[in-house]
Amino acid sequence: MKQYSSFFRIRFLAGLQYRTAAWAGISTQFAWGGMTILLFRAFYESDASSFPMPFSSLSTYLWLQQALLAMFMAWFFDNDIFDSISNGGIAYELCRPCDLYSMWFVKNMAIRLSRTVLRCVPILLVAAFLPAPYSVTLPAGWTAGLLFVVSLLLGFLVLIAFSMLIYLSAFYTISSLGIRLLATSVVEFFAGGIIPLPFLPESIQPFFYALPFASMQNTPFLIYTGYMQGDQALWSMAVQCAWLAGLVLVGRLLMRRALKKVVVQGG
Amino acid sequence: MKLYFKFVAMQLKCQMQYKASFFMMALGQFLVSFTAFLSIFFLFTRFHTVQDYSFSEILICFSVILTSFSLTECFVRGFDVFPRLIQSGNLDRILVRPRGEIFQVLTSTIEFSRVGRFLQAAAMLIYAIPASGIAWTPDKIFTLLLMLIGGIAVFSGLFILYAALSFFTIEGLEFMNIFTDGSREFGRYPLSVYGEGILKFYTYIIPIALFQYYPFLYLIGRSDDFRLSLLPLLGFLFVIPCYAFFRFGLRHYQSTGS
Repeated sequence: MKQYSSFFRIRFLAGLQYRTAAWAGISTQFAWGGMTILLFRAFYESDASSFPMPFSSLSTYLWLQQALLAMFMAWFFDNDIFDSISNGGIAYELCRPCDLYSMWFVKNMAIRLSRTVLRCVPILLVAAFLPAPYSVTLPAGWTAGLLFVVSLLLGFLVLIAFSMLIYLSAFYTISSLGIRLLATSVVEFFAGGIIPLPFLPESIQPFFYALPFASMQNTPFLIYTGYMQGDQALWSMAVQCAWLAGLVLVGRLLMRRALKKVVVQGG
Repeated sequence: MKLYFKFVAMQLKCQMQYKASFFMMALGQFLVSFTAFLSIFFLFTRFHTVQDYSFSEILICFSVILTSFSLTECFVRGFDVFPRLIQSGNLDRILVRPRGEIFQVLTSTIEFSRVGRFLQAAAMLIYAIPASGIAWTPDKIFTLLLMLIGGIAVFSGLFILYAALSFFTIEGLEFMNIFTDGSREFGRYPLSVYGEGILKFYTYIIPIALFQYYPFLYLIGRSDDFRLSLLPLLGFLFVIPCYAFFRFGLRHYQSTGS
């Protein structure tokens, strides 16, 4: 356990070094969030009765999404891992007396969290002081806040467990760029990264909720805004746990199979 | 010009060597913008209109942005990956060759896999042109063409600006995404939906609205002023300061050495 926590610490501290990049990222995400909110305002003005949630909830959702973007962005991958698979560096990793799956998992967590830590506070602070319906608000209640924290963690783990599958695909292809692009667009869309899931037509929502992607950012954000409450929130969190267990299991199995066959060319 | 086509052919052959990867990329590009299309479609099944623009009108707007962006990305991609040229020091190689830098940067990368995006844009245009109920008289067709050309000009300007900034900072470049990717993302809707301030910003600072919003008003018949359809030509002016800034950066360029 100690070794993993030091992997985590090294990666985390390395991630904290990129301050200029963080400021650039913060301004980008702020502009992005603002524009998205303005877009939804136009829809709101066209037909307020079709809005599935109060406008302030939507603003909160979108600001949370921007602030915690680094946790849930599907297009971000640790290139070191892809490189180590394609250039054979993985041979060194395999010599280490620790489990490869857990190590990659922990490294991913660390990079994403370090980016989030740098970026989320300024975004949330500024967003909190915006005029009323456009600002980020406090969670819908004490329980909502507590459940949000747990579910945020679960959703984060589900996302990483899924992106582990993409890393594993690099064992089978020479250039993983195509798969990464495909997976990214699928995850972003089905997780509610482009439009929040409650804004989809009611008839197709069950289909979206049946996929693991709804257990990523969607569940914690909807719990925070109070859209999901009580039993529904608990049920969604149970679903999160199930997906997490399932994806980790599949990932580990695939990794074992891939490692059995992996051939590292000497040199 | 002949040399340029030689380079294009070379790049095409080069990328066709990895066919599977190429088609995966193209498919991925297609899917990325297809999910964007779906999100608009789903929002419209819920709301039906936004500021009285109908679904097919939005699609015209979307496809104009997407077509001009994907064409720019295909042919002006060299400027998009320009920071890498600086980081790796390959710019020095370009500088010592007896051809213009712009020419060499343009021919260094041509991304044909953007064809995926382009196909989607074309498909939407083909659907939206009859569905929008616009009477396609010659002046409207002329307007649409001008919009596309103006769009390519403005996006090229943005890419050049992005490259120029990389002379000064590599890490801070992410904020330029607001203008390049952001314009593509948010330009799907007529820029007036974001309110007066944003529209002004996109008219006078980053002139996206010049080819996307004003001529669009003429195109869908909200305005009878034919002058609006000529505004994309003004977008060409945007390239000048961007290019000047690029020259400025190039003059101050100090190699990374080695």
